[in-house]
Parts: sequence; C-alpha cells; structure tokens
Amino acid sequence: MLRTVSLALFLFAFWLLLSGHYTLWLVGAGAIVSVVLALAGRALGFADGEGHPVERLPAGFGYWPWLALEIIRSSLQVARVVIDPRLPIAPRLFEVKCGPKTAVGIATYANSITLTPGTVTVGIDRERGVLSVHALTADGRKGVEEGEMDRRIQAFEGRSA
Amino acid sequence: MIEIARDIVGGLFLAAGAAFFLIGAIGMHRMPELFSRIHAASLADTTGVGLILIGLMIHGGFSLVTVKLVFLLMFMLFMGPVATHALAAAALQAGLKPGSPTTRKQVAARATRKVAAHAAPPRKGRGKA
Repeated sequence: MLRTVSLALFLFAFWLLLSGHYTLWLVGAGAIVSVVLALAGRALGFADGEGHPVERLPAGFGYWPWLALEIIRSSLQVARVVIDPRLPIAPRLFEVKCGPKTAVGIATYANSITLTPGTVTVGIDRERGVLSVHALTADGRKGVEEGEMDRRIQAFEGRSA
Repeated sequence: MIEIARDIVGGLFLAAGAAFFLIGAIGMHRMPELFSRIHAASLADTTGVGLILIGLMIHGGFSLVTVKLVFLLMFMLFMGPVATHALAAAALQAGLKPGSPTTRKQVAARATRKVAAHAAPPRKGRGKA
C-alpha cells in the first residue's frame, strides 16, 4: 500500500515537473491520473518491489556517483584504445560470478556493466548465478573480475528487497 | 559574469561530449566485428550523451527545462544498457560468434563459403526456434 502511495506521489511530481502550467484543471487532472495509474500498477503488478523499488533510492545515491566515476574512467580507457594506431583490443566473452541475488540488484549489476564502456552484459543465468560478459580489452575483463562493482551492488541491494 | 562562466563550462562539457561522439564514430569504423563495435558505440551513447546533456543543463541555467534534461539523462542511463544488451544478446542468438569477422571483405568471404555450403545437405540442429 505504501509503495502504491509512493508511486502515485512520484507520478504526480513527474507530471508537475513536466507540465509547468499550474492551473487548477491541469494540476487536478495530474493528481487524478497519477492515482489511477498507481492503482492500475497495483492491480497489474508493476507497482511492486521490482517495478518501483523506491526503498533502494538512498542506496542509489551512494552508488551512482561511484558508477559515474567508473564510467568516465573506462570511457577514457576505451577512447585511448580506439585512437591508438595499433588498436590493442582483445575482445573476449567470459562468465563472471554474480553476487547480487534480488531482481533489482541483478538488473542494476548487468546494466552497470553494460553502461561502463568496454564491457557489455550479454546474458544472465540466474540459476547458476553467473553473467556472461563481453569485454573489449584484458583490462576491462580484469576490472569486472575484480568484483568491486559486485560488492558495491550487494551493498546497494541491501539483501532485504 | 555568471553568464560567461556558464557559457564556458557548458561549452566545455558540450565539446567533450562531441569529442566522445567523434571517437565513438571512429571506433565504429575501426573495430573488426560487431561486439567490439558495440563497445565503441557505448562511448557515444553513455559518455557522449551524458556529457552533452550535462553541458546543456549548465548552459541553459536552472529552470524547468533543466529538470526535463535530468529526466532525459536518467532515461538514457536506464534504457541505453537495455538496448545495448538486447543488441548483443540478439547477435549471439542469431549465431554470431564473438570474434567472427564482420568487415566487408570478411563478410563477402563468409558469404561465398555459405553459398558453397548450401550445396551440401543442411546440418542438424538448425531451426530449433
């Protein structure tokens, strides 16, 4: 129930920020649409812990800045590889253990790997708890296998959701 | 004064983003096959887009438009990897092996091999979908 209320509030805030016209009619319509959508989400199942994992938001604010730095670091690495005349690439597909167990955690981990240039998550095997990852360079592969992102995501998911 | 600072800092972000787009495009052409091309493209679709949107936020000053740019950036950061993953997974499903050649010459060579193989009876295990 609390999650549905939170979804309605988020939708209403989204409406207000996108609209910019604060007349009674538009704000009222936004409020009604937000509540109806949140209730629909509750009925159809997209307002659950996977669709609206709002309790992970504070943890996200701890994780995202680190991810941003990581993206910039690996962007510079990949950019250097691209403009290197020798093109020193060693593309490999490999499997890596996936520490996160919740749906939100696994999705965040897979997306974070893909988001960092130089590595792409190609497949997820939840039964064996592994991700198959394609890396452009040996450095990229080592970066994933060191597992710092894995640990940070496990801290992010908090194991309760 | 603030105006000029905003112009300069925003312009620097825009230029950096454009540089990443350029390098990504160069990489797309230099890389030998689809999977390594995806890595080059992700330079443009995360870092390039991110820097350009941040540059626009700084350049435009704070208003409701900034908020829309923030939403746009969030959307790109959440949806970009999904699209990239779908592309890579689809390529793998279609039977493209990582490391298999996709330059024009190599594709042509493979196509002629395929035509030659077509004369032979089809292999088992095909068309399981």
